[in-house]
Amino acid sequence: MATEIKAPPYRVFNIAPAVVPGAMADVKTFVASDKIQENLGFPVFETPDWHDKAIGKMGELLGKYRSLKVYMDACVHCGACSDKCHYFIGTGDPKNMPVARQDLMRSVYRRYFTLPGKLFPWLVGARDLTREVLDEWYNYYHQCSECRRCSVFCPYGIDTAEITMAAREILDSAGYGQKYSNEIIGKVHAIGNNLGLPKPALIDTLEGLEEDTKEDTGFDIRFPLDVKGAEVLLITPSADFFAEPHIDSLIGYAKVFHAAGISWTLSSMSSEAGNFGMFIGNYEQMRKIALRIRQAALELGVKRIVVGECGHAWRVAYSFWNTLIGVGDGGKDPYAIELQKQLDHRYKQPMHICELTWDLAEKKIITFDKEANDKHIITFHDSCNVARGSGMGDTFGGQFEIPRNIVKAVANHFHEMPEGTTHEQTFCCGGGGGLLTDDLLDLRVKGSLPRMEALQHVVDAHGVNFMACICAICKAQFTKVLPYYGFDRRLIGGVHQLVSNAIKLGDK
Amino acid sequence: MTMTIMFAVLFYFAAGLFAVGLIYRIATYARTPAPLKIPTTPAPRTRFGVVMLMAREVFFFESLFKATIWTWIFSAMFHAGLALVLLRHLRYFIDPVWSWVSFIQPFGLYAGFMMVAGLMGLWARRFFVDRVRYISTPSDHLMLALLITIGISGLVMKFITHTDVVAIKDFFMGLMSFSINTLPSDWMIYLHLSLIALLMIIFPFSKLLHAPGVFFSPTRNQVENSRDKRHLSAWASKLDSGK
Repeated sequence: MATEIKAPPYRVFNIAPAVVPGAMADVKTFVASDKIQENLGFPVFETPDWHDKAIGKMGELLGKYRSLKVYMDACVHCGACSDKCHYFIGTGDPKNMPVARQDLMRSVYRRYFTLPGKLFPWLVGARDLTREVLDEWYNYYHQCSECRRCSVFCPYGIDTAEITMAAREILDSAGYGQKYSNEIIGKVHAIGNNLGLPKPALIDTLEGLEEDTKEDTGFDIRFPLDVKGAEVLLITPSADFFAEPHIDSLIGYAKVFHAAGISWTLSSMSSEAGNFGMFIGNYEQMRKIALRIRQAALELGVKRIVVGECGHAWRVAYSFWNTLIGVGDGGKDPYAIELQKQLDHRYKQPMHICELTWDLAEKKIITFDKEANDKHIITFHDSCNVARGSGMGDTFGGQFEIPRNIVKAVANHFHEMPEGTTHEQTFCCGGGGGLLTDDLLDLRVKGSLPRMEALQHVVDAHGVNFMACICAICKAQFTKVLPYYGFDRRLIGGVHQLVSNAIKLGDK
Repeated sequence: MTMTIMFAVLFYFAAGLFAVGLIYRIATYARTPAPLKIPTTPAPRTRFGVVMLMAREVFFFESLFKATIWTWIFSAMFHAGLALVLLRHLRYFIDPVWSWVSFIQPFGLYAGFMMVAGLMGLWARRFFVDRVRYISTPSDHLMLALLITIGISGLVMKFITHTDVVAIKDFFMGLMSFSINTLPSDWMIYLHLSLIALLMIIFPFSKLLHAPGVFFSPTRNQVENSRDKRHLSAWASKLDSGK
């Protein structure tokens, strides 16, 4: 582990690397302690019945998730996905090809759940779930960021993220949890956010921000907390409260609300947009985390729920909240109706902060001084879960157009990265899906290779010096890995950081 | 006559297993709930849009086209060839032969070559592309060998050895009305038919399930309307009522 972490060289030709078997076989993220596991009601490891628990869980999930069931059967090993994963491109390890990552589970599925695998395991690549196989699962299913790029290219839409999630759920059921994700989920249940910021710390931070923005702008921009009867409840990743550059986007949201005259509030009890329940594929955990938001919305009596810049959070909010907690339209069950009575359905529920800002900008309720961003030559990084797992606005592709529209409305210099690296074909930052932990830094640096190549392209061609995005994980990941590729870490920032620079506050 | 009876039994068995196995699989896919909305962009926002997307996926292999052009070319050659060849073979099962089936006979012939060429191309990838070589299992190779042998034995009978197609038609028409007519004694037809029966038998147990599977893939068949319509599966809604 003492080897120095280095960025891989850029590829001379934009093609897949040669396979290097075993290149990342020893990369293993820290395992959750017994205490972390017990905290979530998960079993602890090294019990004699881990094998039966794991196979039992696999059978249960095959009956509960059509995605898993169909994807275990449908793959024909065509290789369409084989060169699409950023971790494969960055490491060359063949087990980081989506199909091979799936096969780690498919081989076990065949052995225990199909006739040919039971009769002729050698023929169909079936194998027993041994301790070695379980270790291999642990290592390689924690080298997938659940970004879903492979599923865009698969002729059957096989989504490796679904299989990774199932694998992590099975590992958890055998007591083999990941420290990073499971510890964070424990913090959300205990305190209300991933970082474990208690209410007094939150109050402190927000008061400090009010003073700073007053100094910067001369205006009383408020950062309200737990205000009953506010119009908007803002649910944002907790990194926005203290991390750089995240905090600059939080200031941006506050300025938008201020300039538009919309009353808003944060919640101390529900101060987290990120939902790590998705990362570990656990429906109950995901639902339990989301329920805090519902509870906060009901207690504060808000009319709208708006989500800050956070990629996976927006996927959970946009695609899953309506299912999990009834935030959205069309719920006919009593459970959803209570909340829906309270919410104002002239607005989309939930709404992304970019949808809100763009709507106000289109109506000229907020206006911008574009020259304020003239020092920035900007490109936009589509965050994977926003790009491939959600939407925005009423039309197809809104999740691509709306953030770009905002950037173009608040700044003069904008350039796209090369085709095939943006929109639904975007490359993950390399730190998503529960991998944003320092014990996986080597993987994170290598996994960001394709994005860094694309960035280098626009840096060389247009002198780009700012990569805007709308995801807390992307921001944290790039801040860390940009220097490995010779870039300034301040090259990454939020869309609302640019909004913050340019928004006119005076007239309102 | 012994061979005729053996093949009759084989085909009843293969057809039965094929039908029952496939129906069972499809029923399992249909019964298994999809608890969450997971369509992959570009996801249509209407049911009609999903039908169009699925049609493009099934007839043109749209996603594969985006992924790798060579696999797409070989795959399209094989599947389109196979489709035409199968339609051409309808003449063995209907009497009188429909006019459009007569019309496509010559096309189906060339399609046989296209199908075999496509399969060869797909197989070559399994040897020459290191990534695809890495993921190939013995069954992947055998499946291609099986399909190629079926294709070549068919072409051999058409162009080299010639077989008594009228008698073969009698045999299959007979099977369909539960009477047994003599199958011509020809090793090439024995080979061709036994491999086809084998293909039907392994279909419901193998990766050939990609054919029904694609229709049940949630990333492809879901409407992207999660904010407008609450999507709840049976087991997930039980959690609701438990609260």
